[in-house]
Amino acid sequence: MVSLQINGQSRDIDISPDTPLLWALRDVLGMTGTKFGCGIAQCGACTVHLDGQPVRSCMLAVGAIGNRKITTIEAIGETPAGAKVQKAWLDLEVVQCGYCQSGQIMSAAALLAATPHPDDADIDAAMAGNICRCGTYVRIRAAIKKAASEA
Amino acid sequence: MSSAAEQPKISRRNLLQASAAGVAIYGFHLPLAQAAPFAPNAFIRIAGDGQVTLVMPQVEMGQGVYTSIAMIMAEELDADFARLTLEHAPPDEAHYANPAFGVQATGNSNSIRAFWKPLRTAGATARALLVMAAAQQWGVDAASCSTAASQVIHAASGRKLGYGALAARAATLKPPANVPLKDPKNFTLIGKPLKRLDTPDKVTGKAAYGIDAMPPGVKFATLAASPVFGGKIGHVDDSKAKAVAGVRQVVVLDDLVAVVGDTMWAAKKGLAALTVTWNEGTNAVVDSAQIWDDIRRASTQKGAVAKTIGDADKGLGDGDRMEAAYELPFLAHATMEPLNCTAHVTADSCELWIGTQIMARVQSTVAKTLGLPAEKVTVHQHLLGGGFGRRLEPDMAIKAARIAQHVDGPVKVVYTREEDIQHDMYRPVYRDLLAASLKDGKINGWSHKITGSAVIARWLPPAFQKGVDGDAVDSAVDMPYAIPNFRVEYVRREPPAVPTGFWRGVGPNNNVFAIESFMDELAHKAGKDPVAFRLAMLEGTPRLKSVVQLAAQRSGWGGALPARTGRGIAAQISFASFIATVCEAEADENGEVKIRRMVSVVDTGIAVNPDTIVAQLQGGLIFGLTAALHGQITIAKGRVQQSNFHDYRMLRINEVPSIEVHVVKSGEAPGGIGETGATAAPPALANALYAATGIRLRRLPVDRDVLAGRKEA
Repeated sequence: MVSLQINGQSRDIDISPDTPLLWALRDVLGMTGTKFGCGIAQCGACTVHLDGQPVRSCMLAVGAIGNRKITTIEAIGETPAGAKVQKAWLDLEVVQCGYCQSGQIMSAAALLAATPHPDDADIDAAMAGNICRCGTYVRIRAAIKKAASEA
Repeated sequence: MSSAAEQPKISRRNLLQASAAGVAIYGFHLPLAQAAPFAPNAFIRIAGDGQVTLVMPQVEMGQGVYTSIAMIMAEELDADFARLTLEHAPPDEAHYANPAFGVQATGNSNSIRAFWKPLRTAGATARALLVMAAAQQWGVDAASCSTAASQVIHAASGRKLGYGALAARAATLKPPANVPLKDPKNFTLIGKPLKRLDTPDKVTGKAAYGIDAMPPGVKFATLAASPVFGGKIGHVDDSKAKAVAGVRQVVVLDDLVAVVGDTMWAAKKGLAALTVTWNEGTNAVVDSAQIWDDIRRASTQKGAVAKTIGDADKGLGDGDRMEAAYELPFLAHATMEPLNCTAHVTADSCELWIGTQIMARVQSTVAKTLGLPAEKVTVHQHLLGGGFGRRLEPDMAIKAARIAQHVDGPVKVVYTREEDIQHDMYRPVYRDLLAASLKDGKINGWSHKITGSAVIARWLPPAFQKGVDGDAVDSAVDMPYAIPNFRVEYVRREPPAVPTGFWRGVGPNNNVFAIESFMDELAHKAGKDPVAFRLAMLEGTPRLKSVVQLAAQRSGWGGALPARTGRGIAAQISFASFIATVCEAEADENGEVKIRRMVSVVDTGIAVNPDTIVAQLQGGLIFGLTAALHGQITIAKGRVQQSNFHDYRMLRINEVPSIEVHVVKSGEAPGGIGETGATAAPPALANALYAATGIRLRRLPVDRDVLAGRKEA
């Protein structure tokens, strides 16, 4: 049994501790907003926050998390940075297929929480781990800047 | 980004209300028979409470088609756009086949082109019936009634009735023939950059893709097919796999093995713990060098003639002759959502949860595989986490159904990324031989021979005629330049071992790269500016000429640039859209490429949702740049050598230049757009790199060693 703090709730999960958080969220808890893309932390689709820091849940064993607070796409809108990012994503119509966007939004929200006014280099550094196959990068960059400009 | 698109006409507040309260997207479908009181056709249903449901005959894979299709129908229906329900169509070729193919498929940038008229007519006919119903009820002339926001209005008496109140009566009326369509100048939705209806759920994690299906009791599986194409299972030792916590079952079929578990992780661990011996078969000797030898040899044959104008041979003999060969590699699709399908097979039925570009074909092929009548196979369509042509194939559904035959209850079969990349249906390798003669600064003779796989011959056999694959020669037979003596030939050559399929940009991907690269070479040989050289032969195609001129203007064509930096242009008529693209790129001494700027100007006819046109081109250009800079699947010992995003690279945000898309206003019928950027970017880049370095890249992806002068081109 593994105990996890997810989106402000304590969840006890009967699962092998080496299971990556991604599969605990998706397959055990039915929280399918966090996406599987590569399984080797190369694409960022599975990004969640651990105590506010972006992490790739596909390579993070649930047994290694302890009491750290997990935030997923389902609850990121409750944080100030997450809400701003989601709004900017809608305002600039960033999304195409949308599959990678949970991860993009999680990375962008973590960036803005840590660096409220990121420059292009900050955006590159924070977002280069998130692949978008539809190629929404131009709008992702613009939306991060827009979110940052809205106090 | 800058764009010619206007600002949205519906306010932010309206949008959020619309998304939160008004517009819902449902993945299930009610049979038409038990549908709402008013269902005048397969696309529109109106309930007694006024709820307007639009059935989507094309699938949403990121191209924004649900919104564009809803706009087209709502425009003619005068439906309240903030109060719609969208519903995926069921598998049903009779009602939902794309008129361009006769197959219920979404692809080839054909959704808006093919459904433009039928869906406008569907909307207009439904509206006419509602007006007739209101006129009857009020005892007034139908011509004295107008419609707006799902209401019929009789201005003279100030009376209004909602569509819901009229639904029952409208259903009893006979649809009038030849209902007039709106004059485009009266459009209130079409042409406005409206917010997409599918976006709100995609920023909160609520949107449901195939991989998110969770039927009660579902188990999770992952699979391995033979690493060598066509190989079969020899022996499987599953003793260690079965000892993995959470593993429930190992399913061994003749050509694949799957592990079923309580989670995907258990299944994946179980798969890794299997010892599988494969009977690899004869493909185990195939490698990339052999595939290239094979296609190069095949390309020396005479091809089936796809098009002639004048006398190509005579024209080629008259003038300064030039020849070149261009080659493109295999490519995987690498949709962000890995291939998957959830299946529940019982003795006499099958239920599938999937996101596919071919619903009816998934239903029929799975039914055939299982020996069931088609109507016993239920397909629950979902949003697609990318399609790009990969989901025009039913293989993932067939494999899932075959695995599910051995599993009690529903099982979600998810490919690992490695399996997804190594068991794709690849964009074929192509070799294009071009020859042309220059006379007085113009092209006098032209010969283009395309050699490659005929995907059409497998996918839509009737479209393969007299040895010519209509897709493989698309944008070659109808290339835009005025050339008096002209021939296009096609040699079908299926690569050994490697299965091929459609890939974003399809045939024009190959042809536009070859043609626009060669046009650039010819311009330089003629001592002409590449833009001026093209313009001189575009008198007959004013729409393309005008976008070439605009692209040159907006990109600062001819302006000074730093050392080792150049601009390249590519022009194309493909998918009935007219596009010119200028790439500005730099190559350093080590052959590292930096793309500085892309400018694309498009005349796509009436732009149904201009913001979507801009987005599709931005994304399509990045898709094409990804292929040009990084894309290559290679084969060794019958196996794909790449496996995941570390060795099958995607462009990332730090590599992406500024991209400016300008949409030209046009009153022509809508063109296709989803494929076009993928087609435009590679030749524009290769031409820019030539301008930057003097080195001509006739093969993709870009070879840094060649650009750095470490290796011959």
